Amino acid sequence: MNTGIPLSYFLVLAAIMFFVGVYGFLTRRNLITILMSVELILNSVNINFLAFNRFLFPHKLEGLFFSLFVIAVAASEAAVAIAIIINIYRRFTTINVEDVDVMKY
Amino acid sequence: MGVNQIMFILFSAVIVVFSILTVTSRKILRAAIYLLFVLVATAGLYFMLNYQFLAAVQLTLYAGGIVVLIIFSILLTSHINQKFEPVGWKKSLFSALAAIAGAILTITTILDFQFSATTEAAREVNMHLIGTSLLSVGNDGYALPFEVISILLIAAMVAAIVVAKKGAPKKPESQTLNQ
Repeated sequence: MNTGIPLSYFLVLAAIMFFVGVYGFLTRRNLITILMSVELILNSVNINFLAFNRFLFPHKLEGLFFSLFVIAVAASEAAVAIAIIINIYRRFTTINVEDVDVMKY
Repeated sequence: MGVNQIMFILFSAVIVVFSILTVTSRKILRAAIYLLFVLVATAGLYFMLNYQFLAAVQLTLYAGGIVVLIIFSILLTSHINQKFEPVGWKKSLFSALAAIAGAILTITTILDFQFSATTEAAREVNMHLIGTSLLSVGNDGYALPFEVISILLIAAMVAAIVVAKKGAPKKPESQTLNQ
């Protein structure tokens, strides 16, 4: 391998990033910061896919395309989530998850 | 220690430090900027793995698109100097315990596992190969997921517009509820 870095280093880094995202997801109360934690989680998974693709199966392209599609899904998820957040803000004037507990009004 | 190792240590330090700051910072705009640093360092990792196309996508789409979207919505929904109240120690403690336990479990599993790489020759990933694979229906083709993702993008675009559009003005009720 030309980078000279073992595969497990990439995987450990992605695992740390993933669980930092999980911690943020559990502790944050603002909807936008929760969305940011989700972006962290998705990113760490992308690192995993690409590291596996490069180190274990360099003759294939599965990891590359899978992370490409993950990025596309993340982008559309962020767009829809932010549209919903702005709508919630209009209706409740807050985006704190603990104050938004009514679905119908 | 070669240049690669130094770059990897640099990128991973940036990723770890700034992702922790992203989830703990009490100012929301700063958290978004820390997230930007994390995403740019991730693009650097992709460059190190020799996936230039994906690194460029990461930079334009994540660092350029999503972070700008997040910053816009922050400016629309919260005051710029607003500070979150600190997280209660109980919640913080138990979340940290859950995250650390998961991380320890995952990392010990990763370090124990013996990965066996294939012996086949590596293929050079260039734009030409990516483009032909995306539109091919053959053995190494990804035409179906490509079409599915394009429909998903259209649906998400329409949904975002419809959801965020201002509905018909019905002043009386919304005035009393929005106060």
